[in-house]
Amino acid sequence: MKVGVCIKSTPDADTRLKVAAGATGIETAGIKWVISDYEKGALEVGVSLKEKLGGECVLYSVGSGDTEKNLRDGLALGGDRAVMVDDAATKGTDALGIAKALAAAIKLDGLDIVLCGRQATDDENSQVPAMVAELLGWPHISFVGAFAIDGTDFVASRNMGGATEKVRGALPVVVTTEDTIATPRYVKLPEIMKAKSKKLEKKNLAALGLSAEAIAPAATFSAYSPPPSRPAGRKLAGDAAAQAKELVRLLREEAKVI
Amino acid sequence: MSGILVLAEHEGGKFRKGAYELLGKAKELAATLGTSVSAVVLGDAPCTELGAFGAAKVYQVEADFSQYNTLQIVRALHAAVQAADPDVLLISGNYIGKDAAPRLVARLGTGQGSDCTELRVEGGAVVGRRPMYAGKLLADVKISKRPAVFTLRPNSFPQPTPAAGGAEVVKIALAADASDGRVTLVERITSQVKTANLTEAERIVAGGRALKSLEGFDTVIRPLAASIGAAAGATRAASDAGYTSHDEQIGQTGKIVNPQLYIAAGISGAIQHLAGMRTSKVIVAINKDPDAPIFEFATYGIVGDLFEVCPLLQKEFEALAKAG
Ligand SMILES: Cc1cc2nc3c(=O)[nH]c(=O)nc-3n(C[C@H](O)[C@H](O)[C@H](O)COP(=O)(O)OP(=O)(O)OC[C@H]3O[C@@H](n4cnc5c(N)ncnc54)[C@H](O)[C@@H]3O)c2cc1C
Ligand SMILES: Nc1ncnc2c1ncn2[C@@H]1O[C@H](COP(=O)(O)O)[C@@H](O)[C@H]1O
Repeated sequence: MKVGVCIKSTPDADTRLKVAAGATGIETAGIKWVISDYEKGALEVGVSLKEKLGGECVLYSVGSGDTEKNLRDGLALGGDRAVMVDDAATKGTDALGIAKALAAAIKLDGLDIVLCGRQATDDENSQVPAMVAELLGWPHISFVGAFAIDGTDFVASRNMGGATEKVRGALPVVVTTEDTIATPRYVKLPEIMKAKSKKLEKKNLAALGLSAEAIAPAATFSAYSPPPSRPAGRKLAGDAAAQAKELVRLLREEAKVI
Repeated sequence: MSGILVLAEHEGGKFRKGAYELLGKAKELAATLGTSVSAVVLGDAPCTELGAFGAAKVYQVEADFSQYNTLQIVRALHAAVQAADPDVLLISGNYIGKDAAPRLVARLGTGQGSDCTELRVEGGAVVGRRPMYAGKLLADVKISKRPAVFTLRPNSFPQPTPAAGGAEVVKIALAADASDGRVTLVERITSQVKTANLTEAERIVAGGRALKSLEGFDTVIRPLAASIGAAAGATRAASDAGYTSHDEQIGQTGKIVNPQLYIAAGISGAIQHLAGMRTSKVIVAINKDPDAPIFEFATYGIVGDLFEVCPLLQKEFEALAKAG
């Protein structure tokens, strides 16, 4: 079984973000870049499938944040090798551009399964995986909470909001995972050492048969800003009974919501 | 052709609230742009009714859509886009918007703005504004190709009022395609909880890990919610621990809610929880830790033990209800 896992390097969820000058992105200085929890779940599924069925688990990432460090982290978590799309032209591209680069890299490797997170924790697009599937001509299953291989078929449970569906189909397939799909393993020191010597290939667009024009974005982002600030809140005083009384008065007379 | 095409989703022939929400917004945008609104409907539904909500034309794709099939839905939407040739395509940011829309966008070679909470016209084009980074930032998204595809976070816009008017229905026959069958349904489990109760609730009382048990949730959170006609919600910690069903989870991987009043009891205020409720108009936090992050977002904060505060609060609410 050849399994691919797509990892994006994103800011740690607890980072306090600042908008960069020009408001077309975030201030990247001082950010801790991590593999997001959604992709960590996907990685754990990929690695355990490979451990069970043999084959290879390959990590893919299109440069953003500290891609190389995060791919090394992924290799320490059990990935066999990594492919990093490293090309300045990917900087301003959009989801379809990322998907084109990933699909081209995946095609070269001939995989059976591609696992992705349900959303990247930065742009929260939920776009790239379905686009990769379309470009490869494979089916895709979104928001998967459980995944297994049954002979030459896959079986996946997808969370559709209001319903859960178990579906089946023949490989290959692209799957997007909920973070609850698997508990990521702890990284062990020897694995970190081993990861340093695992293969990490850097490819530019030309090596993937792509050009800067081919991934020119249709979607562009601007005018980043923090959400409107909330009016300063206040903590109520007194004992529990007094606070409860005061809260009800405020909700009624000041906020007018009850 | 041109104009704005809206996917009007329905369930068994009854249009979803989200369909009207999108049509209402589309009508407003179309008026500014001086263009028209059309709708696409998958399968059997009373298409002409959509005329009352501003759709001049309804593209009805005829096929059996009784089971959710991504590949079939993408083919159907693709056929409708080819027929309508719109400048803009609007789809609700629910499962279909996250699962099928991006695949369609790749097939069309265009771009998508996901989960927009605002749409406006600027320089003759529609621009989306949307939360990113768990709601820590907002950004504008512009699409330079046709059709510009936007998915919209549910419940971002008001329900429009119907006016007089019917719609011309254009039928599109969707030929069967064996490749749709590459993914087949084994089993479908529908949730017991009516999710609309939560996502559309005006008031929510949510409980966290601090409730400690299912009983804790049932004897403290639910009665408090009932006393002001609120829906009950939970954090992931609470639903994972089995105090509630996962359908009541609020946050990045749960429901996104936007009520007038959100009471958070025994909830720390993790970024993934905030992602689902930070736009609530009034937030009340009840937490025994004065440094809990939720207080940074709370309009009113009560530092105290929820097992003591919640029943007192419930009594006050009930007294208020009695007083009328
Ligand atoms: C990828 C990912 C996605 C996630 N998605 C979601 C999501 O959609 N929704 C979500 O909610 N979480 C989500 N989480 C989990 C999130 O990070 C937090 O772990 C979770 O929200 C914490 O829930 P909690 O506030 O109930 O528990 P805790 O963080 O444990 O907080 C409990 C709080 O209760 C207070 N407390 C304890 N006893 C009492 C008492 N007697 N009276 C008053 N206060 C008391 C404590 O002071 C504390 O602040 C996600 C996490 C990840 C990694
Ligand atoms: N630059 C990237 N490199 C590798 N994988 C990515 C990249 N961007 C997105 N993905 C994958 O696609 C998923 C969804 O991302 P998005 O569509 O951006 O929300 C992520 O969880 C990743 O698995």
